[in-house]
Amino acid sequence: MTRTAALLGPLMLLLGLAYLLPFLGVLRWSVTLPEPGLGQYHAALTDPLVLSVFWRTLRICAVVTVVSVAAAYVVTLLWVRGSPLQRLLVELCILIPFWISVLTRAFGWLALLSNKGLLNSWLMSLGVLGQPLTLVRNEFGVIVGMVHFLIPFAAFPLATTFRGLDERVLMAARGMGASRARIFWQVMVPMTRAGVLGAALLVFVFALGFFVTPAILGGGRSVMAAELVYLRIFQSPDWGLGAAVSVILMVCVGALLALMMRQGRAGGVR
Amino acid sequence: MKPLAPGPVVTVLAALVAVFLMMPLIAVIPVSFTPNRYLSVPTEEWSLRHYRSLIDNPAWAAGTWLSIRIGLVSALVSTGLATLFATGLWMIEPRFKALYLGLALLPMVAPPVVSALTLYFFLISLSKVNSFLAFDTFAGVVLAHAVMIAPFAVVLISVALSQIDRRIDLAARSMGASTFTRLVKVILPNIRFGVLSALFLTFVLSWEEIGVTLFITSVNAVTLPRLMWMGLRDNIDPAIAAISVVLLAIVVAVVLTKTLIQHLRRSDG
Repeated sequence: MTRTAALLGPLMLLLGLAYLLPFLGVLRWSVTLPEPGLGQYHAALTDPLVLSVFWRTLRICAVVTVVSVAAAYVVTLLWVRGSPLQRLLVELCILIPFWISVLTRAFGWLALLSNKGLLNSWLMSLGVLGQPLTLVRNEFGVIVGMVHFLIPFAAFPLATTFRGLDERVLMAARGMGASRARIFWQVMVPMTRAGVLGAALLVFVFALGFFVTPAILGGGRSVMAAELVYLRIFQSPDWGLGAAVSVILMVCVGALLALMMRQGRAGGVR
Repeated sequence: MKPLAPGPVVTVLAALVAVFLMMPLIAVIPVSFTPNRYLSVPTEEWSLRHYRSLIDNPAWAAGTWLSIRIGLVSALVSTGLATLFATGLWMIEPRFKALYLGLALLPMVAPPVVSALTLYFFLISLSKVNSFLAFDTFAGVVLAHAVMIAPFAVVLISVALSQIDRRIDLAARSMGASTFTRLVKVILPNIRFGVLSALFLTFVLSWEEIGVTLFITSVNAVTLPRLMWMGLRDNIDPAIAAISVVLLAIVVAVVLTKTLIQHLRRSDG
């Protein structure tokens, strides 16, 4: 018993005191500020402004999940099954962005897509455009930035799935004369369905809690749920609402994680 | 038989995705040489003024130094606690193991903004009773980062532990070694690479941390990411491009070295 306490105790104490307990405090904020009751939850689920933020969050997360898993799927295919040189190059293109700070990556998109950025300057100097396209400070910019951030996170679990594929099934399909497209759609995709679903859930969960990239690339215009929390705590203070939105996010993520674990047990995603 | 290689369609699409992944990183480079005070692409004249300002403006050096110190201390604390914890779970296999593990991994799986608000609540509550471990202080940021990065260390060390042959520990125990001896002389030497990679990863995670840091700091504990955030929000400061290029160069050098070594090793074997 003392051994258990000595080994497990320190970390459990840290997380209990600095995480669990204060989370209960946030929970309390959500039902006591500004007045006791479930008013903030009611507001969060009926106020048109907050509802529109939730809908935008769901919409952006859904688009981001589909696009980044699809992109990760093809890039991981080359990463796992390409020639050695292709594998090396793709690996660098996945790992280098992965290790770079989210701020640098968001800034890179600003440098590329903003009004005086590379893309607009280039298109305008070619005479293709008379005036710059608005590509950031809107939903499009947010989606691009989030997809870019999340592709590596989808690629890692997908790589595990691809490595576990039974090569003989693909060989059999080819031996029987199936075209590449048919092997891809009718053999490869169904065999990796569990992995794709796992990657999609992971990406969706990450996307829900996102707030640095949307804050920078959305420019305060297309606010997502997590950014709303930040704004309600620091800019137009309504701590109760910020806390309530956090609790709702936590519940959503908890439900999705439970789903993911069940999925993992059933489908062998890991 | 050779495995089925990806066809031309997949190869082209994958190449496009790879280009997409590198594009924003490459875009940072020309912008960092702009002679203007605002975000723009240099046309005639290229300038090093924004690199110069990284040196001239003491805030950058201060932020970097603060981030390094916070990263080192929080990496040591979180990896230390995570090593004890993961090894404890492995040696003792207590009842409610899943419950302990669940709590240990909670900050990693919870939405970052929820963790940020939670730690904000924690530190402003502490601010009322002391000024050392409080909102916007060095110790406060270290503790908050340690909470956020400890789960990653737990995962890495647990993976390392799962690869040890349990019989060596049983042998030590049957010959009367104490828990302490088993931990220090038997288990730790066998997971040293796991512990080292946990130290490295936790340092990097703390070094880059912005979500939580944004909530728990204001004007005193300005880490490097916090400083970059301030330059990104309103008027974009091209000095961000210069610092980004510097950070990019470091990451590229490390990843390139590591990946090349791995690939060379693999083709040897």
